[in-house]
Amino acid sequence: MNKPRYEVDTQGYYGQFGGAYIPEMLYPNIEALRERYLAITSEPSFQQEFQALLRDYVGRPTPLYWAKRLSEKHGARIYLKREDLCHTGAHKINNTIGQILLAQRLGKQKIIAETGAGQHGVATATVCALMGMECMVYMGKLDMERQRPNVERMRILGTQVVPATSGNMTLKDATNEAMRHWINHPTDTHYIIGSVVGPHPYPDMVARFQAVISEEMKRQLIEKEGNPFPDYVFACVGGGSNAAGAFYHFLADEHVQLVGVEAGGRGIDSGESAATTALGKPGVLHGSRTLLMQTDDGQVVEPHSISAGLDYPGIGPMHAHLFDIGRVTFVNVTDDEAMKAGVALSRTEGIIPAIETAHAMAALDQFEFDKDDVVVINLSGRGDKDLETYIKWGQY
Amino acid sequence: MGSVLMKNRIVQLFESKKEGILSIFYTAGFPTVDDTVPIAVALAKAGVDMIEIGIPFSDPIADGPIIQQSNKQAIEGGMRVAVLLEQVAHVRKQTSIPIVLMGYLNPVLQYGMERFCQQASRAGVDGVILPDMPMAEYLQRYRELFRANGLLNAFLISPTTSELRIRAIDSVTEGFIYAVSASSTTGTRHQFEAEQIAYFERLRALGLSNPYLIGFGISNAQTLATACRYAAGAIVGSSFIQHLAAQGVDSAAIQQFVHDLRQPAP
Ligand SMILES: Cc1ncc(COP(=O)(O)O)c(C=O)c1O
Repeated sequence: MNKPRYEVDTQGYYGQFGGAYIPEMLYPNIEALRERYLAITSEPSFQQEFQALLRDYVGRPTPLYWAKRLSEKHGARIYLKREDLCHTGAHKINNTIGQILLAQRLGKQKIIAETGAGQHGVATATVCALMGMECMVYMGKLDMERQRPNVERMRILGTQVVPATSGNMTLKDATNEAMRHWINHPTDTHYIIGSVVGPHPYPDMVARFQAVISEEMKRQLIEKEGNPFPDYVFACVGGGSNAAGAFYHFLADEHVQLVGVEAGGRGIDSGESAATTALGKPGVLHGSRTLLMQTDDGQVVEPHSISAGLDYPGIGPMHAHLFDIGRVTFVNVTDDEAMKAGVALSRTEGIIPAIETAHAMAALDQFEFDKDDVVVINLSGRGDKDLETYIKWGQY
Repeated sequence: MGSVLMKNRIVQLFESKKEGILSIFYTAGFPTVDDTVPIAVALAKAGVDMIEIGIPFSDPIADGPIIQQSNKQAIEGGMRVAVLLEQVAHVRKQTSIPIVLMGYLNPVLQYGMERFCQQASRAGVDGVILPDMPMAEYLQRYRELFRANGLLNAFLISPTTSELRIRAIDSVTEGFIYAVSASSTTGTRHQFEAEQIAYFERLRALGLSNPYLIGFGISNAQTLATACRYAAGAIVGSSFIQHLAAQGVDSAAIQQFVHDLRQPAP
């Protein structure tokens, strides 16, 4: 029997998922990326600059913190991978550093991005300020309201934030607008997609930039546990970039249980959810074939999550494949469970997590661990941006 | 080309008419779900050469605000792929105008590509345009299916498409090529820029083996006449949808709209 494949194939597919489903107007851009991304990112000069910025600017490696009180609570050896300590407050900047260096080498002068929670928008605005490039970020109007601090951060950084006013005015709609902008400005502009979604090669490219997370985890686990392999890795999944990074170097080691946590919203039967693996079917959106929440007639269903970063009707094609072949276990937690877990982490470890990340924390309650189990949770971001949502929720 | 395709109405159109072809695009189920058929009949009566009926989609990334809005309204009004195919059969009873269905891949995939092709063919559809369907996937998985059902597939090219790729597209085209006038989403414009004219000239000089129609941004007599100087004809979309939004589906008004488009440029 063939070993299962986890990485993308030469046609841009992960099993039946992936590919590049784009109108002709974007073909030259996607083709140029596809032809050049591996060569450019493996050049020594690229790697040197990338690694130096990750170290001196982002603050990597991020700590792998043994959460003592949380461990006692759940009866396991729990570690938190502190992506919340990255510059700008989330893992998103690992990818934007990589893509801005790539954009420069592709000769692009302008940058666009979509954002949900605003973390990817801030991370993009930040690297554009760093490199002196013009930047425009599309953000759903609803998200601009619920993640206001991030809107102002982007503006302070000199980025133009453009409201997306179609659909539910969230991440999907911001992505539509960014793609439309790119169709209208294909030659001078690079589109920094913020997750492992979009047409090939974006999912693979973003996963590679985020893979530093699991690369560090392995090294840090050797130091702390004498063994690079944990028993579990947990990560929340919106599009799936922090999960892709946290899983990447463990995929081939099948005794490591990988758990992706999706946003259940008000419950998967409520009609207001973003739990794609529970509710989706194969379909095509935003340039790739993946699992997608949709009607029988192929119309995309508007998702719901209290967390703007998880409020998306699809997942990256890599995750759709890993779900399909059973390599990653997907679970979901409700808005309420996530909020409670966010407050609980604040009180057991003194860390207020992003609401996206709080979903990963909440999933711990669905598992029974052995006391010797080593469990790593990817703490993808910090909760400063979410204060308004915490305050509105009020139960603390 | 197989014998089924030789009887295809689009093939016949391009054989009998080499210039000044006018194709009109509109969204199925806009302004209301029952309007698809009367609009088609009115366009045929007005002497339009071909109609392209849009299959609405929730996330039309290649479309500007006018067509986005028409998609949204059509879906909310109950337009579905199955409904559209029935409507096309009604149109086909009343006119022999070539009919193209154009839309995003996902609704067609959910309907089932094979079922879609069979039923579209039976309803009297002549061609299909799915701008986000990769060429390689069409050639590997669907070309035989399209042929077996007598359907043409038209590919898009744009100003940033390389000559090599244009020639590759030309070599697998049966029917016509859809030349997008600018690097843009759909919408209206009053006139073409110099760089678009340069692109049209470049296209004409390629001496492609298939005819091409220019679309995107053709919205008045002037842009139509310009496009027709460089191509076998042109496609009008957003501007017609704007007309429907403002004036409704009145047949006389549609005929006037087409008449005004075909005015010789001043
Ligand atoms: C802190 C944090 N975690 C997770 C996500 C979800 O994105 P992804 O699934 O790509 O990691 C976001 C997105 O905005 C985020 O800000």
